[in-house]
Amino acid sequence: MVNVTVNGKAVQVPEQTTILEAARLAGVEIPHLCYLKHLNEIGACRVCCVEIEGERNLVPSCNNPVFEGMVIRTNSDRVRRTRRINVELILSQHDCHCATCLRSGNCHLQSIANDLGILENPYPRDLVTGVRALWPRDFPLYRDTNKCIKCMRCIQVCDKVQGVNVWDLSGTGSRTRVDVSHNRRIKESDCVLCGQCITHCPVGALRERSDTEKAFDAIADPHRITVVQIAPAVRAAWGESLGLGPEKATVNRMAATLRALGFDYIFDTSFSADLTIMEEGTEFLHRFRAGETRELPMFTSCCPGWVRYLKGHYPRLVDRLSTAKSPQQMFGAVTKNHFAKVLGVEPERLYCVSIMPCVAKKAECDLPTMRTDAGQDVDLCLTTRELVRMIRSERLHPETLPEEAFDAPMGPYSGAGVLFGTTGGVMEAALRSAYYLTEGHNPPADAFRAVQGDATGAEGWTEAEFTLESQPVRTAVVSGLANTRKLIEAILTHKVHYDFVEVMACPGGCAGGGGQPQSRDDEELADSRGAVLRALDKGSALRFSHENPAVQALYREELGEPGSEAAEAWLHTDHAGWKMPGEA
Amino acid sequence: MRRLSIDTPDRAQQVVQDLCRDMGHRVAANPPGLCPVDLALNFLRLCHAQTCGKCVPCRIGLSQLETLIESVLDQTADEGTIDLIESTAAAIADSADCAIGYEAAAMVLEGVRGFREDYELHAREGRCICSLKQPVPCVTVCPAHVDIPGYIALIREGRFQDAVDLIRKDNPFPYSCAYVCEHPCEKQCRRRLVDDAINICGLKRYAVDHCGEEPAPPAAPATGKRVAVVGGGPSGLTAAYYLCRMGHSVTLFEQRDRLGGMLRYGIPDYRLPPEVLDRDIDYILKTGVEVKTGVCIGSDIQVADLQRDYDALYVAIGAHADKKLGLPGEDSANVLSAVEFLRNCGEGHAPDFTGKRVVVIGGGNVSMDATRTSIRLGAESVTCVYRRRIDDMTALPEEIEDALAEGCQILPLEAPDHIEADSEGKVAALWTRPQIIGGYGRDGRPGPRDAAQRKFRIPCDYLIIAIGQRIESDNFEKGGIETSRGALKADLSGYVPGTPNVFAGGDAVTGPATVIRAVAAGKVGAANIDSFLGFDHVITCDVQIPPAKLSNIPPCGRIQLKSRNPLEARRDFKLASCGMSEEEAMQEASRCLRCDHFGYGIFKGGRTTQW
Repeated sequence: MVNVTVNGKAVQVPEQTTILEAARLAGVEIPHLCYLKHLNEIGACRVCCVEIEGERNLVPSCNNPVFEGMVIRTNSDRVRRTRRINVELILSQHDCHCATCLRSGNCHLQSIANDLGILENPYPRDLVTGVRALWPRDFPLYRDTNKCIKCMRCIQVCDKVQGVNVWDLSGTGSRTRVDVSHNRRIKESDCVLCGQCITHCPVGALRERSDTEKAFDAIADPHRITVVQIAPAVRAAWGESLGLGPEKATVNRMAATLRALGFDYIFDTSFSADLTIMEEGTEFLHRFRAGETRELPMFTSCCPGWVRYLKGHYPRLVDRLSTAKSPQQMFGAVTKNHFAKVLGVEPERLYCVSIMPCVAKKAECDLPTMRTDAGQDVDLCLTTRELVRMIRSERLHPETLPEEAFDAPMGPYSGAGVLFGTTGGVMEAALRSAYYLTEGHNPPADAFRAVQGDATGAEGWTEAEFTLESQPVRTAVVSGLANTRKLIEAILTHKVHYDFVEVMACPGGCAGGGGQPQSRDDEELADSRGAVLRALDKGSALRFSHENPAVQALYREELGEPGSEAAEAWLHTDHAGWKMPGEA
Repeated sequence: MRRLSIDTPDRAQQVVQDLCRDMGHRVAANPPGLCPVDLALNFLRLCHAQTCGKCVPCRIGLSQLETLIESVLDQTADEGTIDLIESTAAAIADSADCAIGYEAAAMVLEGVRGFREDYELHAREGRCICSLKQPVPCVTVCPAHVDIPGYIALIREGRFQDAVDLIRKDNPFPYSCAYVCEHPCEKQCRRRLVDDAINICGLKRYAVDHCGEEPAPPAAPATGKRVAVVGGGPSGLTAAYYLCRMGHSVTLFEQRDRLGGMLRYGIPDYRLPPEVLDRDIDYILKTGVEVKTGVCIGSDIQVADLQRDYDALYVAIGAHADKKLGLPGEDSANVLSAVEFLRNCGEGHAPDFTGKRVVVIGGGNVSMDATRTSIRLGAESVTCVYRRRIDDMTALPEEIEDALAEGCQILPLEAPDHIEADSEGKVAALWTRPQIIGGYGRDGRPGPRDAAQRKFRIPCDYLIIAIGQRIESDNFEKGGIETSRGALKADLSGYVPGTPNVFAGGDAVTGPATVIRAVAAGKVGAANIDSFLGFDHVITCDVQIPPAKLSNIPPCGRIQLKSRNPLEARRDFKLASCGMSEEEAMQEASRCLRCDHFGYGIFKGGRTTQW
């Protein structure tokens, strides 16, 4: 332990503690902006600078450890003045039109500037204009260079957590800015659209392409029937920025809210997650029995960020992906083909909207391959954040709405389907049903707990082995793309072998997805949201995808059996049917 | 009323002079990788601040150039802006009245022509070809990319053994380099922005002088692959060291009796004592390199045999042959090549120069080595003849200083004309043509030309020619390795194109260079041979680097190594320079700005822990 004094208060803290943490332990909060624990401790913003007795200069508290006898002052006149000037300097190069910024109210810079009471800035505004400020508005990820404060968090998360290296500093000197690495344009880059840069951005520089107006237009169009689906992970997060705890922010209250927004039919993507299990599980058993997984595993295909990553980085492994469409797309295909029939309308009248914790889903639904004869599967994908913005723009107060049921016939879903929203969930759901399909009876619902991924992503990947048809099935679950790269390299160098691998691009899976609300306190929430989903599974009456009565009915009425010709046409896709930039 | 008064600078002017001096340091220590257009613009602004304002081209033209270049950087430039910059700069260079104007324009012109590609990229795409790849200047500039801030921090903590281990991650010659490295790392040291560069080489010497015996380095499990290394100099030994650590079986062939190459046979003992070199070599040999000395490739064993018998080959034969002047009388007796002379000394066959007059031709480090060795061999007089000025000599300034202090004479601006021999065919004198320094050549140095003076006779008993080295590559050329003016042709990975498994590096590829460049080539060769053999071994070092101190010490003079009393040092081959005291070393280490932690280093590229 080390003895330090913070603003006159003596405390003992463990060795290696940073000054920032030591102050926190002493009950003193040091304002900071660029700092993100373990990920970005680079002292770039200089907002956290404090005075240390005996040191010539102010010292950033975020990346310097305390030493024995350190005397720290966080509130001296010198510290205060310097902090204020540094914030003013940042503000001079920040587009401060907060009224038109979607991070207003949840912006780290805004809150620091407000807290410091900065009402006037002595420094003239110095923003980038003209072509240098341009960004394609049709790309699912939008970047506003004039809002960027160059904290470097996006670069760090993309490099360290995802290993995709899309962002980098560009230029030198006064014109240094964050941009796409290697002088590429975003559309030519291998950006997988995981959106982790967005969720880790402290300001409004990065966001998804805003599609809420399209949703309102569709709702307002009397000829259109809007059909909305809610992804599993959204239910665990949508209440966060509305101030609703998990007990209030239930999925059935969300259904009520969506109906209040004017959507005509409200369904749950967990339904098509169950459908995915039927198709993907059957496909896996087929490949496994045929010995196709002896060399290389079959990979799950429900995460579009992962599919983009694999195509961009390991194109020769694309045929190892399950051909099953993701639950989002399956839902759309079933809506346009089956639900249109149920309603007795032309499929063109249906407008299929999805609420996803994800940015890559926006790109996925627009792929040329994601359609059937009935048209594009999903017409519009909104992130959890966009849904929240719609709720706020309509001045809805979900906590006052009574819970409502989903519509029929694609309403029912199993707990297994809900698990899709967290790392390890797809694998667990698949194994539950694969067991049934091979053994003819259900396993205990929690028989496959061992595949649960490590939501923090720190362990690299989780492996587990099970027996199916008295043969060992080796599985691995991984989330976060840097971890995924490690896993793939280990597979390719024959250091490990698996039959079935689940990959989710975002750390902790969709619960930590790039479309989820940004944390006000820089917390990583994948873990706690994942726990909500697991609790929902545990509490649900239906825990096996193959027992979902709506899924059973769909096979009975439309598809026949998993892997049938009709199922292939609606529910499977050709991953080679489109190209990532640079993909041969 | 005063008719005249004595000029005294006022306080403001004094401060400006100080700022100019500081700015000079700052520009000299310019970090690598900056945007050339941005720098050109800001240099121009500085130049413009110097204008007196009298003449149009300088007063207005430089201003317009600033606006135009700024528009390029801001991506608001029109189609023809870059051409306009060029023609405007040309007009200013042509018509400004004084150097303040025309030199400023010439700099812009040089830039717009020299890095036009970058100008265009800025104008068109708003991008720059430059970016900071490696933010720690010393590590970037060191050819072997040794972790300099890391080992200086360790020295500061008194962890000398750890410091040496850390150096060995990138350079297995810490001892030798501590004595003879040309320390390019110090050139752009960021401390120069504060006062002066850290004496990195001197600190390294303090570390190696204060560390003990070391256990053998760890090696990866045997791979079963066999690599032949030709040449036991710094490059070959470096490659052998890392390849052994990677688990490959290495056989090293050396033509001479002992290992070390130019470190043993080129550098005199008073600069690099043999026992210091042996510390490096002994450590390298602990990895299990199989050494075959006295083997000449091309006569004892053919290149083709090695290519066949080994999975890969690393050729680092150095540059051990001399260059001739091509002057009449060069074949006289007692005309020696410096390489041969120093090699003989290294082998213990030094000639006796007692009472002799020695002339050395050349202005590089080898010339200084020959000069100072001649003094130590008892020569009555040693005269170093060089055709340019002393300022233009390529030898390290401290070498020149020491040579002068030890009593040699340097005769600059004398170009060798012919060699006069006596009746017995022995050299009697060197005739030179006096030179005058003139215009600048393409290499950016002023060139000499014949002066209108009579030829000059320098009587001598021995003449040592130190004007460069050649590479003896004939045997390798016959063995199928392409050469270019004698140098082996290898690409940037060390691979020799057109061969199945040959890599090459060191002086044999670059021509005569430095130890650290030879080491760097050996490191690059080892890494790429490992990949070529199908492996991805990593070389790493588990030494933990101490955290940086919070803030640095205020401006403080740089510690220079002292030389022994030259009147004493000139009589023997014992070490001529003295290491730092503990007090000096600790102060010097504390000056390090820790660019691995402060600035860009903590964000990216501050430390490469493995390769």
